[in-house]
Amino acid sequence: MRDKRVGILVVSHSEDAARGIRDIAASMSGTKDGALIAGVGGNDAGGLGVSVEKIFDALAEMLTKTESVLIIPDLGSSVLSSRSAVELLPPEQVSSVMIADAPILEGAMVAAVEASVGRDLAQVADSASKARDLRKNEH
Amino acid sequence: MAFTVEMAREALKKFDALVEEKKEYLTDLDSAIGDADHGINMNRGMKRVMDKIRDKEYADFSGIFRDAGMTVMSAVGGSAGPLYGTFFMKLGQKLSGKSEVSAGEFADAIGEGLAGITSLGKSAVGDKTMVDAIDPAINALRENASSGDETAWDRAVAAAENGMKETIPMLARRGRSSYLGERSIGHQDPGATSAFYFLSCLRDAFRDGRESGEK
Repeated sequence: MRDKRVGILVVSHSEDAARGIRDIAASMSGTKDGALIAGVGGNDAGGLGVSVEKIFDALAEMLTKTESVLIIPDLGSSVLSSRSAVELLPPEQVSSVMIADAPILEGAMVAAVEASVGRDLAQVADSASKARDLRKNEH
Repeated sequence: MAFTVEMAREALKKFDALVEEKKEYLTDLDSAIGDADHGINMNRGMKRVMDKIRDKEYADFSGIFRDAGMTVMSAVGGSAGPLYGTFFMKLGQKLSGKSEVSAGEFADAIGEGLAGITSLGKSAVGDKTMVDAIDPAINALRENASSGDETAWDRAVAAAENGMKETIPMLARRGRSSYLGERSIGHQDPGATSAFYFLSCLRDAFRDGRESGEK
């Protein structure tokens, strides 16, 4: 039985950044289950960049544990590569995945919190996109 | 003489060699408006494509272009990976089950590949991308099909080159170069340049295959 909570997949040009952001978001949301939040990044030679294959593998793995996944990419080719990875999924799984239009760290944090309280995929994606408006210097 | 699967392999081989030769030039173009990795990324990706397809048997175009597409997606490491990956895969899918095609049929397949690019990149003609080299080539290939395939391919390559040059005065609307705004004007797009190279390699492979077939 797959988890009903939304899985969060952080995609960055840097593997270190992806894992670090994953750790922060997991910690802030109290999500201890690694199947529910993951980070993937770097090109297939281990340098800065992206690999559709790496993203696809992480996504397919998550979808064996959760019913839906929100991808939070950093920018540029992470977004394009995430879209390609989704297209490579079996057609019946494509609608179980969304790509957030959100800042990567704040978006991942907010999404992880929302997912942990059982919001659905569209709600989690919407909340992540609103993380764009979080202010840092007003308090 | 039609365009064959063997010509497709030769075209990819020529593209690998040309990208290698022009690696520095593509990187120079990309350092002006991008992140200076297009030459290096494409070079790495095409080396890996050749490792995959060099000695493998292919019954039709979909097999060879699927292998090429999947490999560049994984190995390129920048936006060119998913974009060329989708382009090759959709192009091949359109020619599924076929082992030789006319220039007109090939134009339709390149059209499918281009549709994959524009859907993935949300790009259009005039955005200063690879689309600006590919789109006019498709039209030229179709419109000149009645003049013979060799002429059609020559006109397609000329149209791609012209499209590539037309990216110079354009304002970038996609990718990292779009962050530069007005400063992107005056530079030739590296993606349009490599796309022109690929189309010229298709033409060269067709011409070489035809000449060796006539001997």
